[in-house]
Amino acid sequence: MKPTASDTMSQIQPQADNGPLTKVSKPFPWHIVFFLGPALLIYVAISVYPLLDTLRLGLFSEDETGAKFFVGLQNYSNLLLNEFWSEPFWNALKNNLIFFAIHMALQNPIGLLLAMLLSSPKLRLSGTYRTLIFMPTMLSVVIIGFVWQLLLSPLWGISEDFMYNIGLGNYFDAWLGKESTALITLSLISVWQFVGIPMMLIYAALLNIPEDLTDAAVVDGAKSRHVFWHIKLPLLLPTISMVSILTFVANFNAFELIYAVKGALAGPNFSTDIMGTLFYRTFFGFQLQQGSPTMGAAVATLMFLIILIGVMVYLFFVQRRIQRFQL
Amino acid sequence: MLAKEAIATPSQDWKSAILRPGILKKLSVHAVLITYTVIALFPILVILINAFKSRKAIFNDPLALPDASTFTLVGFTEVLERSTFDVFFFNSLVVTLLSLFFVLLFGAMAAWALTEYKFRGNLFIAILFAMGIMIPIRLGTVSILQLMVDLHLVNTLAALVLVYIAQGLPLAVYILSEFIRTIPKELKEAARCDNVSEYKIFFQIVLPLIRPALATVAVFTMIPIWNDLWFPLILAPSESTQTITLGVQQFIGQFVTDWNAVLSSLTLAIVPVLILYLVFSRQLIRGLTAGAVK
Amino acid sequence: MCISTIKNHLSRLTKLGLVATIFASPMSGAADKLVIESWRNDDAKIWNDVIIPAFNKQHPDINVVFSPTPPADYNSALQAKLQAGTAGDLITCRPFDTSLALYKKGNLEKLNELEGMNNFPAVAKTAWSTDEGDDVFCLPMASVIHGFIYNKEIFKDLGLSVPKTETEFFKVLENIKENSRYVPLVMGTADQWEAATMGFQNVGPNYWKGEDGRAALISGDAKLTDPEYVQVWEHMAKWGPFMGRGYQAQKYADSQNLFTLGRGAIYPAGSWDITTFNDQAEFEFGAFPPPTPDGQKTCYISDHTDIGIGLNAASSQKESARTFLNWMAGPEFAELYANSLPGFFPLANHKVSIKDPVAKEFLSWRNQCEQTIRNSYQILSRGTPNMENQLWNVSVQVLNGTMDPADAGKEVESGLKAWYPPHQ
Repeated sequence: MKPTASDTMSQIQPQADNGPLTKVSKPFPWHIVFFLGPALLIYVAISVYPLLDTLRLGLFSEDETGAKFFVGLQNYSNLLLNEFWSEPFWNALKNNLIFFAIHMALQNPIGLLLAMLLSSPKLRLSGTYRTLIFMPTMLSVVIIGFVWQLLLSPLWGISEDFMYNIGLGNYFDAWLGKESTALITLSLISVWQFVGIPMMLIYAALLNIPEDLTDAAVVDGAKSRHVFWHIKLPLLLPTISMVSILTFVANFNAFELIYAVKGALAGPNFSTDIMGTLFYRTFFGFQLQQGSPTMGAAVATLMFLIILIGVMVYLFFVQRRIQRFQL
Repeated sequence: MLAKEAIATPSQDWKSAILRPGILKKLSVHAVLITYTVIALFPILVILINAFKSRKAIFNDPLALPDASTFTLVGFTEVLERSTFDVFFFNSLVVTLLSLFFVLLFGAMAAWALTEYKFRGNLFIAILFAMGIMIPIRLGTVSILQLMVDLHLVNTLAALVLVYIAQGLPLAVYILSEFIRTIPKELKEAARCDNVSEYKIFFQIVLPLIRPALATVAVFTMIPIWNDLWFPLILAPSESTQTITLGVQQFIGQFVTDWNAVLSSLTLAIVPVLILYLVFSRQLIRGLTAGAVK
Repeated sequence: MCISTIKNHLSRLTKLGLVATIFASPMSGAADKLVIESWRNDDAKIWNDVIIPAFNKQHPDINVVFSPTPPADYNSALQAKLQAGTAGDLITCRPFDTSLALYKKGNLEKLNELEGMNNFPAVAKTAWSTDEGDDVFCLPMASVIHGFIYNKEIFKDLGLSVPKTETEFFKVLENIKENSRYVPLVMGTADQWEAATMGFQNVGPNYWKGEDGRAALISGDAKLTDPEYVQVWEHMAKWGPFMGRGYQAQKYADSQNLFTLGRGAIYPAGSWDITTFNDQAEFEFGAFPPPTPDGQKTCYISDHTDIGIGLNAASSQKESARTFLNWMAGPEFAELYANSLPGFFPLANHKVSIKDPVAKEFLSWRNQCEQTIRNSYQILSRGTPNMENQLWNVSVQVLNGTMDPADAGKEVESGLKAWYPPHQ
């Protein structure tokens, strides 16, 4: 799996010297409509159109009767310049970046490590480990959120007892409740849950490395360290960068975990507020604050841009460099 | 670049695990994997154990197994009395399976059309689908809700199925296209020489050939649908259309003080998934790895 | 051969299409049911077992369904449902601006003509009237009173008596902390709302002098940076050391559990907690009003018009809905509601005898103290930033010790200043 820019391009090139090409040019190609129609129809109606409509809606505002009127870029200038909007926005963006950074720093390296270990030759029980470690990934984020909330609850004291038993009792704290630790704790919970995905993808990529390649190197007297750094890692880079961009998109789209554990107000003092919870709160309102679909659309549009920029950066810099590296 | 830096830390452990020869090396590999397996399973086990204990025992000794004096099913009876878990579960199953079926079918058809035939707009449509991998459908929620209101689909499972099909298609089209391109030309050409219709070529020759890829797509499509809270919360929150994820979230919201009920509801939400997972884990993991093998 | 396979596929497709259309027909809200939207999920049992059956004795032909949403989700979920046209016929109303906004959007029916409205005093109706008082859009249901609930057994063991003044209050807390293992003050800050509701709005009226202070805040004569507001946060800043270990991660339900398990002594409460405690606590508990600042003669309590009920303008059965509302305005409902849900005090003019001792205790403060409502609910939470949400946030920070009382005042005041002319 390597969705590179050039791949996307080549994927679109029809096979030049293929039979059906001449066929197609004759009568109306009903079969293309048949094959492409359903997917295109649903995708455009339920995904493309709403996304475009959201961009449009971001340019409107509502009065108290719910009537919409055009306001140009005012929602955006509010969001970015009015301190009561911009502060939450930048705060959510910052928190989201931290959330992402923790995933990059832990989830993917741990996934890589586990994948390397799992692919050690002739490892017994490899299948069992794989199955069990992947288990949390199968469970709903909401349920995971509740589970960890109970485990970390000072009222229940499971973690506290546990830490006393390993002699770290004094380090126990109400991590989920403190401004300084809540976001990190939630990120770690998320890492714990999703480590299975990079593990599995990298594991699969490792299986795909031809054995003669590594064997040859070993015969040549290369140490396993060298085999890793100079043979395996370069071959894994496309997968790892793919995993990274998937992580990026997933993290900037996250909502469930924070909502389940901290609620839509993402406390304390918005220290766990990320783009997803900000979007929800803006769109639907919270407690005495009224929701605003138009302002929500503006937030969604900015999220759209952030993800787009991230993906562009990935495609133009990271992906390109990796390809050169491979050559 | 990011990826390269990220690797630095674990490679140390990895090195030490690999470098030592023979049995020591093997042992340390197992030690690391067992440790991580325990980390992965411990929280789930704690919940399962305590769901079968009385309120006092839950608080007094959370890590003890239920014994004769502390064993109780009171949480479960409460959950089953006060909510409709069977309905939630059924809803989740219907939504996930229907979405999955259509994503696979329509996705494969579209991937076939885009890779096999040359027509105007092919490039544009392919890019349109590729964009969908990166841009989450969730950002269109404001308009999707409006659309579903206009179609009178709010509070129906159909609304969810439609959204999930749209959500799953881009990745499906992408992965399946990659696979379809590896199918040898000779197969298709031979069929065409025999005047076999395009439909038959697809359904009888191509579709069976890309089965491993379908499994991959199925896994990647299924997990987010089953676990989604966002769209059920917004599009189908009514009692009769709640999915299991939303149902548990709402139930716990209502019975927070009752730990027996909370733990039991978590257990009821976890166990069926785990059973299904264990039964199908081999196929599932094969699906995941098959996709990546590409 | 090949055509038949396609046919096979197609017929399979159409079958599935049929299945899909079956699911496409809305599955909720059959037309003949009267559905009540509410955030009082704790009360579902009472509604189903007591209130609705009582109504059906008189009106067996009207089928009523109580369909609650958890409190924190209620406002947003209701808004989404109203937008989508799937909301119930009767809508439980938050007081003041939240419901006013719904009325202005045309979601709530005008109820000026409803016969039962005459059973309520004007003051009860203000929470659900337009600013000029011309239109009323929800039927008042109940008010709730703030105070402190305490574990009588613990007080007896430690030889404590109920504190009246601020100094006495902190002495009692100190005493519990020194001489026992009990958590002196059972409250958490994880859910945030308790900090503002059971903290700020509970002890606050004594400082800002009830209605006078509330009116002055609305008119702009008083600012949140004034001493009478900062003092409230100063008082709350002293709570931290008496709250349980890890209170920053303690949720509302955790607090309820902690208190009913007998592990804590004093619980900053709303009178609605009585019902839950009656169910779960195995000890006797009592209540005392918020302590007064030393030397102050008059006491003030928050007697907040908290809950009303309105008619969805899009309802298809307004007639039966009005019948139900009129019944809710009558004496039978008042009696049932007040006694099956002690802690919710009916607002109608009927004479109701309340039997629960703790609820009675709360109610008796009406005779001793001046009453007011929460100061953020009327007018002041209409803009961005939202004053109520800001109060939650700063009150939590004050309790957590991460914000100065003076800064708390400054922050909320600057928020108000951003959009509310009298404060500019």
